[in-house]
Amino acid sequence: MATLSADFALPLRSFDLRLALDVERTVALVGPSGAGKSSALRAIAGLLRPAEGRIALDGEAWVDVARGVCLEADERRVGLVFQDYALFPHLSVRANVAYGGRERVDELLERFRISHLAKARPRELSGGERQRVALARALARDPGVLLLDEPLAALDAHTKAGVRVELQELLAGFELPALIVTHDYEDAVALAGTVGVLVDGELRQLGSPEELVAEPRDPFVASFTGANLLRGRAVGHENGLTTVRLESGELLYSTDGADGEVGVVVYPWDVSVGRAYVDDSALNLVSGEVGSLVQVGNRVRVRVGPLTAEVTGASAERLELARGGTVFASFKATGTRLVPL
Amino acid sequence: MRRRLLAVLFLGASAVALLFLVLPVVAIFARVPPSRLLHQLSTPVVTDALVVSFKTTAIAQALILLFGTPLAYLVASRRFRGRALVVTLVELPLVLPPAVAGLGLLAAFGRMGLLGSTFGGLGLHISFTQTAVTLAVAFVASPLYIRTAIAAFEAVDPDLVAASRTLGAGSTRTFFRVVLPLAGNGLAAGEALAFARGLGEFGATIMFAGSLQGVTRTLPLAIYAEFSVNFDVALALGALLVAISAALLLTLRLILSWRPSPRTSPSLFAPST
Repeated sequence: MATLSADFALPLRSFDLRLALDVERTVALVGPSGAGKSSALRAIAGLLRPAEGRIALDGEAWVDVARGVCLEADERRVGLVFQDYALFPHLSVRANVAYGGRERVDELLERFRISHLAKARPRELSGGERQRVALARALARDPGVLLLDEPLAALDAHTKAGVRVELQELLAGFELPALIVTHDYEDAVALAGTVGVLVDGELRQLGSPEELVAEPRDPFVASFTGANLLRGRAVGHENGLTTVRLESGELLYSTDGADGEVGVVVYPWDVSVGRAYVDDSALNLVSGEVGSLVQVGNRVRVRVGPLTAEVTGASAERLELARGGTVFASFKATGTRLVPL
Repeated sequence: MRRRLLAVLFLGASAVALLFLVLPVVAIFARVPPSRLLHQLSTPVVTDALVVSFKTTAIAQALILLFGTPLAYLVASRRFRGRALVVTLVELPLVLPPAVAGLGLLAAFGRMGLLGSTFGGLGLHISFTQTAVTLAVAFVASPLYIRTAIAAFEAVDPDLVAASRTLGAGSTRTFFRVVLPLAGNGLAAGEALAFARGLGEFGATIMFAGSLQGVTRTLPLAIYAEFSVNFDVALALGALLVAISAALLLTLRLILSWRPSPRTSPSLFAPST
């Protein structure tokens, strides 16, 4: 597997983007808009010129400012999928793909299930189809690295779920380093094994999704990742509920449908904390010791076993929450998301 | 009541304006029966002028495309110091009185002109030749093309250019396969405008090139020469130019309504229909 190493500085309008990371498999850069995510991709692709630093693919330097090296975009083997896909409107789907390279056009059209659209113009395609064309075109270039700029942002919610699964499968079977940029933490977690949080041009934290949620390095990462993420496996479907067995053995229920390995996503503000056991099939119940108590504004973040819950200061006092005591954390099956892992 | 009055006033003013614009054109065709107009078109005065006009205009348009397109692309795609000045200089001939344009061309390329003496030393005399007509046409018509071409190049989505580069195309291939096809309609529209303007060129031509039948006498110059001699011939020439202009306008509208690459944002030149 090839490695893309980037360690560079790029002056932007209101701050300098500084990025240092190695991309081996799939890495997602996540952050608010204007954080410099797209600029990072453009610098790697050769559309923006870093002021200092080095970008290399497996030791082949694309940028080495100290040595005066800066390859043009067309000299770097990179597949960049633009946020709005940037398909050539005057060319057919086939000609768009062939623009990247002529050798594997038919194979790629087949692989992305767009053979029947070969003669269509981009304006006749749906959002999901456009993305498949953009991916096929980028791969036709035979790139050494794949860069995806907000691959799901241009899609409506309905299309997005399906396309996300497709992308996951594509990236999973990939022999290339891939760098994805997104503003949506859930998408980042679904698509990448390593997530970097980028704020104001600065990489605040880089790690696995679990690491970021469990040990956010700073308040921004914490608030950005926000959600609890529990790993498990979907083991059954009944009455519109999916049963998930967590790695700890506990069973949880969700109204989302899913199969196989899933991540259970629960937002802390959806979790209630109580002293008593409640028997309610619509509620998920997790018991555990109170791990930590953090005052956030007028609310308190409580760590219960593997979960972070957010309760009002008043109820924290009423419950006499203290570290070490055993409590029950409960959250509704309807408020429990399942993301495929 | 006041609203009614305003509506009547607007309608009345519109009718006067429209009539005023249409009447002279209609008058050209109304005065002489069409059969006689057609007959006049075969006189040598007319055929000579037609040949001179189309030859000079065609060469001038070729020069405008050849030199104007790269200039327009550079101005549209680069941000450099003095860019606004370049745009102003390009547009200046557009607002310059034609007599001044003719004077300027004489002062530059005439026998005693800035470059004229150099050319003269090489045995090249430009003023009062067909070359002079071509230069005059190119001078007054090129700003229309270059201006429209700049707008057309600027309207090409920079992400498409970037996409082409990341797909391995160099800047030359990107220009010919992405930029030029996408700006094509705008360029064609600018070219149609420049062609119409060049064909009607009068003031600069008569000062810089004179009005010699078969050499420098273009269609507009022939009208001027004939209207005191044979008004019917002048009318026939006029009718011919009206027809050509109408055809150009129609072409322009067709080009602008036929867009193979619809953009999400409305085009600057979107037809009003």
